[in-house]
Amino acid sequence: MAIWVFTDTHEGAPSGSALELLTKARSLSDDVAVFAVGTLNDAGAQALADHGAQDIYQMDAGDQLAAPAAARALETLIGDHQPEIVLFGMDTTDRDTAGRLSARLDRPVLANATDVSNDGPVTVTNEILGGIKRVVTSFEGDGVALIVTRPKAFPAEPGGSGSVVVTSIDAPDTGIVATVVERHVEESEGPDLEAAAIVIAGGRGVGQEKFSTMDELAGVLGAAVGASRAVVDAGWVPYSYQIGQTGKTVKPDVYIACGISGAMQHVVGMKDSGTIIAINKDEEAPIFGIADLGIVGDVHTVVPALIEALKARS
Amino acid sequence: MQIAVCVKQIPDPATPYELDPETHFVVRPEDQIMDETDTYGVEVALQLAETTEGTVTLFSMGPTGTQQGIRRALATGADKAVIVDDPALKGSDALTTAKVLAAAIAREGFDLVITGTESTDGYTGVVPQQLAELLNIPSLTFAKRVDVTEDGSVRIERQTTAGYDVVEASTPALISVTSGVVEPRYPNFKGIMAAKKKPVDTVTAADLGISPSANQTIRSVEPVASREAGELVVDDGTGFERIVALLEETKVI
Ligand SMILES: Cc1cc2nc3c(=O)[nH]c(=O)nc-3n(C[C@H](O)[C@H](O)[C@H](O)COP(=O)(O)OP(=O)(O)OC[C@H]3O[C@@H](n4cnc5c(N)ncnc54)[C@H](O)[C@@H]3O)c2cc1C
Ligand SMILES: Nc1ncnc2c1ncn2[C@@H]1O[C@H](COP(=O)(O)O)[C@@H](O)[C@H]1O
Repeated sequence: MAIWVFTDTHEGAPSGSALELLTKARSLSDDVAVFAVGTLNDAGAQALADHGAQDIYQMDAGDQLAAPAAARALETLIGDHQPEIVLFGMDTTDRDTAGRLSARLDRPVLANATDVSNDGPVTVTNEILGGIKRVVTSFEGDGVALIVTRPKAFPAEPGGSGSVVVTSIDAPDTGIVATVVERHVEESEGPDLEAAAIVIAGGRGVGQEKFSTMDELAGVLGAAVGASRAVVDAGWVPYSYQIGQTGKTVKPDVYIACGISGAMQHVVGMKDSGTIIAINKDEEAPIFGIADLGIVGDVHTVVPALIEALKARS
Repeated sequence: MQIAVCVKQIPDPATPYELDPETHFVVRPEDQIMDETDTYGVEVALQLAETTEGTVTLFSMGPTGTQQGIRRALATGADKAVIVDDPALKGSDALTTAKVLAAAIAREGFDLVITGTESTDGYTGVVPQQLAELLNIPSLTFAKRVDVTEDGSVRIERQTTAGYDVVEASTPALISVTSGVVEPRYPNFKGIMAAKKKPVDTVTAADLGISPSANQTIRSVEPVASREAGELVVDDGTGFERIVALLEETKVI
């Protein structure tokens, strides 16, 4: 039976999670399709094809939040094509559509999946309580399985025939109106947080005034800067920096946590990093429980000394 | 403006969560606190009620317990609470939760529904969208700022991966708020006294005409092999050297 993958688009490109989900979908079925919100450009459609999409259905909702229309369009397509599973990522439109579709179809949606299997009833693995327990849950009854997956749960690998049929469908009229009146892009400098080999993550312990030392350290290492939610909530850096349950998931070779306590919601976003280094003045800080190297000390002395030492090396 | 706020009572996250070995559901103590995530929703509601001379009603599904969390929210200024407490709803999935909340909210009437983005214990993060679909209203999700415009529409700043969007809708509508959106207020003595007299309705699923059904089964719960703690070094002024050495070892420099 078919497996479908949902994606939002950004300037014609699919989301990164879509390529990961297609890779997983291919391992579960020979029949893989994509539902995209927005309009894909040629390169975007080709990227999906190169990861195994055989059919793409795309729907542009213009300046409306797309989920109400996307849920109705998907409801119709699911009726026609009877896919076994629809896989969603964690983007806002993914989650909005998954929730609405679930209510329309009267089917549950399982969230935070790190694995999916379909030999027997569709079964989802997820980690709860900050990743200390692994739960396996099966869908019951007839109907499609709706699954929201964690980013980076599956590596994106090209495969499949590479050819695809793209069908554009009109956004159904829903009577539910929420209009996007402005869009703001908050640029961050340096390498892409989700792809960087080294991530410097700053927490509340760094302090607002000294937060620029994170950029300095990142600069000498060619690293990307991330942050805990406490820092984002305080408005020191934009949301795009946030790592964790409600932010980005990163798996760099090296993760340096500075003044971060290591709350479980932070840890789920970085625990699969290669080497974890933590600097915290509290030797009881939970972050030390997962760090390969923990420095019990003040970030305001350790980090500047580290920057000087790295500069002296180069 | 009649504002409905969804608030969840959860076991204190500072205590280790116990799971029932048979059902795998979280064991819920008598004394539950309000999910911190929802304290932001309550604060947004109180502020909007102040500017629109509105009312704030709390909706919560789950064991009533000592009502600690609910009473606290009433003490900060919410007008009343509706708690759906029914053993038949134990272990409900997100969709059942949304159906229950939708029925309770529709019964009371509303202009605006406010929720958190995701709960601390369940974090499925789909209840708000399911609720909006069941109520057939727009959902302005992931709001980091909420305003009411002069013509009575709601306008939010919606967090996106790239930055934020400004999104508008007329009421009735649902808004899910992220943390940090506002600074939740603390109850004062006068509020705590006043809260004692505020109405708290307790209803069952049957009162709302809902018969819960299970569409998913938990097969197993197992501990995850966690990362081992490595070396812990107390900084004596040379801690940075250890970091440089490890960076060299991992060949990133
Ligand atoms: C539903 C939900 C979702 C969440 N999602 C996320 C998420 O995606 N990402 C996230 O990060 N959080 C998330 N959180 C929040 C999380 O629970 C924590 O509150 C947050 O991660 C704490 O950030 P922090 O470690 O920077 O701050 P704190 O917990 O305040 O820790 C600061 C640390 O800095 C140390 N420190 C202070 N001064 C110094 C100094 N001079 N030198 C060295 N160390 C110092 C302290 O010892 C302390 O350990 C979520 C919470 C909820 C309820
Ligand atoms: N049992 C509940 N009672 C009241 N509100 C809830 C309940 N479960 C979820 N919610 C609301 O839905 C939001 C998202 O929760 P969830 O989808 O469980 O992550 C929460 O922040 C609450 O506002």
